[in-house]
Amino acid sequence: MNAHQNDTPILRAEHFSKTLGGRKILDDCSIRMRPGDVKVLIGPSGAGKSTFLQCINCLIEPDEGEIWLGDRKIDFRNTRELCGLRERVGMIFQDFNLFDHLCAEDNVALALRKVRGMSKAEALERARMELARVGLAERAKLYPAQLSGGQKQRVAIARALAMDPTVLLLDEPTSALDPELVGEVLTVIRDLAARGMPMIMVTHQMEFARAVATEILFMEHGRVIEQGSPAELLAEGAQTRTQDFCIRLCDLCGGDASTLDGEGGTASLTPNAECPEA
Amino acid sequence: MHIFSTIFEALPYILEGTLVTVLLVVGALFLGFCLGVPMAVTQVYGPKPASRLVGFYVWFFRGVPVLLLLFLFYYGLFGLIGLEVGTIGASCIVLGMTSAAYQSQIFRGAIQSLPAGQLKAGRALGMTDGQSILHVILPQALRLSIPGWSNEYSILLKDSAMCFALGTPEIMARTHFVASRTYEHLPLYITAGLIYFAITMAGVTLLRRLERKARIPGYNNAGM
Amino acid sequence: MLDFLDLNFITSRVMPYLDRGLLMSLQLIIPASLIGGFIGVVMGVLRVFGSAPVRHATDAFVAVVRGIPLTVQLMILYFGLPNLPFLKIYLSPYAAALIGFIICTSAYQSEYVRGALLSIQQGQIKAAQALGMTRWQTIISVIVPQAVRRALPGCGNEIIYLVKYSSLAYLVTCIELTGEAKVLVSRTFRPTEVYLVAACYYLAMVTAATWLLTKLEQKLAIPGFGPQK
Repeated sequence: MNAHQNDTPILRAEHFSKTLGGRKILDDCSIRMRPGDVKVLIGPSGAGKSTFLQCINCLIEPDEGEIWLGDRKIDFRNTRELCGLRERVGMIFQDFNLFDHLCAEDNVALALRKVRGMSKAEALERARMELARVGLAERAKLYPAQLSGGQKQRVAIARALAMDPTVLLLDEPTSALDPELVGEVLTVIRDLAARGMPMIMVTHQMEFARAVATEILFMEHGRVIEQGSPAELLAEGAQTRTQDFCIRLCDLCGGDASTLDGEGGTASLTPNAECPEA
Repeated sequence: MHIFSTIFEALPYILEGTLVTVLLVVGALFLGFCLGVPMAVTQVYGPKPASRLVGFYVWFFRGVPVLLLLFLFYYGLFGLIGLEVGTIGASCIVLGMTSAAYQSQIFRGAIQSLPAGQLKAGRALGMTDGQSILHVILPQALRLSIPGWSNEYSILLKDSAMCFALGTPEIMARTHFVASRTYEHLPLYITAGLIYFAITMAGVTLLRRLERKARIPGYNNAGM
Repeated sequence: MLDFLDLNFITSRVMPYLDRGLLMSLQLIIPASLIGGFIGVVMGVLRVFGSAPVRHATDAFVAVVRGIPLTVQLMILYFGLPNLPFLKIYLSPYAAALIGFIICTSAYQSEYVRGALLSIQQGQIKAAQALGMTRWQTIISVIVPQAVRRALPGCGNEIIYLVKYSSLAYLVTCIELTGEAKVLVSRTFRPTEVYLVAACYYLAMVTAATWLLTKLEQKLAIPGFGPQK
């Protein structure tokens, strides 16, 4: 966890704000990534986590805010710079979003060819390598409709990694999976963390977050309310909102409260808060 | 101004044809429904030969142009079997038989889209297969068929314009008659077009209302 | 007196006429489906990706064409256009029929194309963007290949409709298959046989077209898209 010796941020997203339909969804949120950082966004549903994440590669354009890649500011209204940013920032979606008309290896190869300008053979070779790394070498020729949810998500991870991203964004990567398939995806992500891939992840898998995160950002009503290492925020007796939220989350789902310190939760949770199983 | 007076004079005569057109469409829809539902049930649940026979009927009526069917039956087959129904009757029957072929496929699709458990649940309650189909399958399938059915309505309405080739006194035949006397083809045909457009819209709106009325929770027509 | 299997009558009198009619029908159907299909795709794309005025204009055009019987459209083109105050356009029967078919089929085709384009999941587009693809790269590499497969069954159906509606050319005196049959009946007074043979010609055309389209669909089929639902 002392990975961030190097102090120059590789990616900075500063002072993001976004209003939609008169409601402020994001209010002055910032995040800085250094090499090896794994930051986890948590918070109740509707807190703006996914919006924040999707603003970082401008899938949702923020009303205000700046994005810095290394020491270069990205003008995300300029198409070329925008595409350049997205090329460098990988994204994993909750519902995979594999290209349904392409088999696994073509899914990975498409952007290598179209965006990176690789030849077909080169791109396919790289694609097979990436698929092998997520343990899917055998499934390279199968189409999304023939893969399980966990396999789809691993292909999506391979697709993002093939672009050699500077930072990887993960938007609830396991929420759409059947419980028994969550493990295989988390294993891949854990390996990535161990190899020092910088990641920003929205998740409800608290145990996992605690194990791999270098920092947790707790969001509510579009703002980052608390921020700190898992040790600080989830320490025994730490009177933090984060801990309170985690306890309630685990309580509600009858989950692994034992891994979190503290007694049972007090108040009822908002009914639409997602559980790890959801 | 001359044009408008022509249209104005011809309008009552053409609008009378609207009644015939509506009669043709309603009659054909009804006949198509009465034939189409048993055909669909036969095709899904019936014995192989019966289901084949229905398949042949559908293949024939969907593969031959309506205009040719009108000629074939009116000038040919109806005479052979000694059926004398006049132009309106013949048009109505031919359109209805064609529509039956299409409607049966709409209903068949709806029946097949229902989960298999529905029939099983009916059987498990001690209903005969006939009862299950009548009381469980069809009420659901017909609801799902309404959008396809409303489509069938607008197709039939447009097809009915072909009946003027037999001399059936509907909108088109009357318009053509007036046009060939006054030589005001363009304004008259445009008037006819507007009348068809209005009837299409009116019918579709009506059917959409029916769809809303028949809607029960859990039945959106996604995928139909 | 009505021996149905009068093969000699059918082969020597009926078929030469109908063969000529078939040729004319094909001369209507093939260009109309190709040109109409192309215009339909362009209109479908405009109706989804066009600017607001273009969208409204194409939507209105399609609504009008779909709301009026093809019979009326053909009559307007052939009998109506010479009435135009200054232009006085006279179309030959063939031109009137062909133009009518192109207008009609392109409007219906655009409907399928539009539906297919709209059915592409937003996530597919987001995923392409997230990988750094431009708008056009996304349209060409992701949206179009998926939309083509989704639209194919509908567009194929439309071609089969066109085969059948080509019989309406007879109404504007373009003598194709149905027209030849009608002429022949007026000479031989044997409607049942002549029309039945003509029906077989249409059935053959429709069956052949269906078979070809199924083959094409199978060729383009991939898991998740294609004939198996």
